[in-house]
Amino acid sequence: MKTGFWKSIITATLLVVASLVNAAEPIKIGSFLTVTGPASFLGDPELKTLQMYVEDINAKGGVKGRKIELIHYDTGGKAQDAVSFVKRLIQSDKVDLIVGGTTTGDTMAVIPDVEKEGIPFISMAGAVEIIEPVKPWVFKTPHTDRMAAAKIFEDIRKRGFTKVALISGDGGFDKSGRAQVLKLAPEYGMTLVADESYGNKDTDMTTQLTKIRASGAEVIINFGLGQAPAIVTKNIKQLGIALPVYQSHGVASKTFIDLAGDAAEGVRLPAAALVVAEQLPDTDPQKPVLLAYKNKYEAKHGPVSTFGGHAYDGLMIAVAAIERAGGVDRAKVRDEIERTKGFIGTAGVFNMSPQDHMGLNAAAFKLVEVQKGAWKIIE
Amino acid sequence: MRLAGFYLCVVVVVLLPMVFPNNYFVTVVGISAGLHAILAVGLNLLMGYAGQISLGHAAFFGMGAYSSAILTTRFAWPGVWAMLAGLMVTAVLAWVLARPILRLRGHYLAMATLGFGVIIHVIMVQATSWTGGPDGLTGIPPLNLLGWVVDSDTRWYIVIAATMLLAIWLSLNLIDSRIGRALRAVHGSEFAAQMLGINTSRAKTQVFIVSALFAAFAGSLFAHQQGFVSPDSFSLTISVELVTMVVLGGMASTFGAAGGAITLTLLHAGLVVFQDYEMLIHGVLLMAVMIFMPQGLFVGLSQAIRKIGHGLRSGNRP
Repeated sequence: MKTGFWKSIITATLLVVASLVNAAEPIKIGSFLTVTGPASFLGDPELKTLQMYVEDINAKGGVKGRKIELIHYDTGGKAQDAVSFVKRLIQSDKVDLIVGGTTTGDTMAVIPDVEKEGIPFISMAGAVEIIEPVKPWVFKTPHTDRMAAAKIFEDIRKRGFTKVALISGDGGFDKSGRAQVLKLAPEYGMTLVADESYGNKDTDMTTQLTKIRASGAEVIINFGLGQAPAIVTKNIKQLGIALPVYQSHGVASKTFIDLAGDAAEGVRLPAAALVVAEQLPDTDPQKPVLLAYKNKYEAKHGPVSTFGGHAYDGLMIAVAAIERAGGVDRAKVRDEIERTKGFIGTAGVFNMSPQDHMGLNAAAFKLVEVQKGAWKIIE
Repeated sequence: MRLAGFYLCVVVVVLLPMVFPNNYFVTVVGISAGLHAILAVGLNLLMGYAGQISLGHAAFFGMGAYSSAILTTRFAWPGVWAMLAGLMVTAVLAWVLARPILRLRGHYLAMATLGFGVIIHVIMVQATSWTGGPDGLTGIPPLNLLGWVVDSDTRWYIVIAATMLLAIWLSLNLIDSRIGRALRAVHGSEFAAQMLGINTSRAKTQVFIVSALFAAFAGSLFAHQQGFVSPDSFSLTISVELVTMVVLGGMASTFGAAGGAITLTLLHAGLVVFQDYEMLIHGVLLMAVMIFMPQGLFVGLSQAIRKIGHGLRSGNRP
């Protein structure tokens, strides 16, 4: 009897102590991004954004009284490393959820592990394959390449063109963008008269563009990232090809305009509202969110890019879901992420559902044109 | 006694997961270290013993991986058959390549193998309809070995550790055989080896094929273990890393190559916590090893131990 009594006292004390320790324990958010290597221009602002906002949330007292601990690994763009870092986040660091995955390659590589372990994962990569078909534990925040292609085709149709020439690079973003262009062209009544490709490290694309000139195309679409689209744009001007040029959302940063110079004038592309935040009407509910993020980021790190915005959206959706779930129970957090409704992020207004693990619609993209060296909304 | 080192290896490999069950560094990093060790042991046969450099070994690794990936996902072949098919294709390609490529020496051989590696990489990126392009192929099923499905990290540790030990054992035996002695003669002087009646071009071709097969086998295992392949994992950088592993561990030593591979893999996983300083520390360590132990980490260490033992013995003399 006596021993039983003491036993229960000790157990009760231990339980109380355990729950106290638990309450003070930080929420662990794991991340793996491409901060170095060829895609560093994507991963670097993402990491800076995550660090900045985690600090911010902790300074305000954390989530439900618990601080957030960010555990981050740099994959350098190697899918193989992404896989082992995700295992490390889950097994050794025991994170509660994962916000990361800069590139489609990294993201696709870790999906089998994420699904097997059953841990909520919000990706910052573009391709539509990530959420189609829907995978229970996988979400993403950026617009898909299909939405970009659709936006471009809508505008081309409005202008009354039907013959389209495509030129794209050999990276993951380029290839999956190309696939979407090929798929959507017939739906919009377009004929693809040329389908040229280049290496992302190439410094001259005049050969491909000469072929496009001879193909009878009425517009040129270029799907690419980094320097190559700027070179394509310049080459078009140098060859004196007077066709309208469309770029993808992959070049929606000031760097593109700087690199392409005069040749960028008149180039149109779908972009997240972040790059044209000041031009939005004051009635737009997104405007205050965009300006707040932009000012905060620029005060610390220099010119803002849409890529960092994807990290902001991912982190905030995750934090809101943890708050609603009242803890870090994986299944509950997952359900709450799926129930995200009307969340105003940098990429648009998110309305997720069991069928849609991204939750953005075409309105999230603004069609912009380069005018006098700056982005201008043209809708 | 010849295989004493090997038995020691077996004991360590078996004990590790028992002492540290479900430890990240054993069952996750260990798997990748084991795969690298198989690759390095294979490459060492060609580089360390026969003295022929290859800067395109990631291509053979990739061929094994992509054969398994394509045949299992697109044609629903069983994993083991896909693996065998991958080995066959690699063997045939290595045989076709060996004659023209191995006539070259030194820098020319390095350039030719490098070119081969780049060509295979370009095919992986560009042949989108087969390889999935830069995003690679997903959904590779786990390996099924006669009903035993390899689907957990611990099971993969068992499979890859066993394969690594087999690779080391094969390499040790090969080197002490007639072919192994012929290879070392080729390394010393190809002309002299010919004078001794060794068919040097045949010896080189054989070792090139064996080395490629080691890589392709590791590739097949890699594809099933990751469940995903993309061209990134088989780029020129990986070929160079493999050469670094062999050189760091110690050329012409099977344990050296395996040790070099394991050391570099663990180093990468361990240094990652230093974030921005990782590459700096990595570089300094590599430079230090190459300056102070130019014969390689493991060969250097074992020589040093032998020297100390010798010193003690002579010191005891009255």
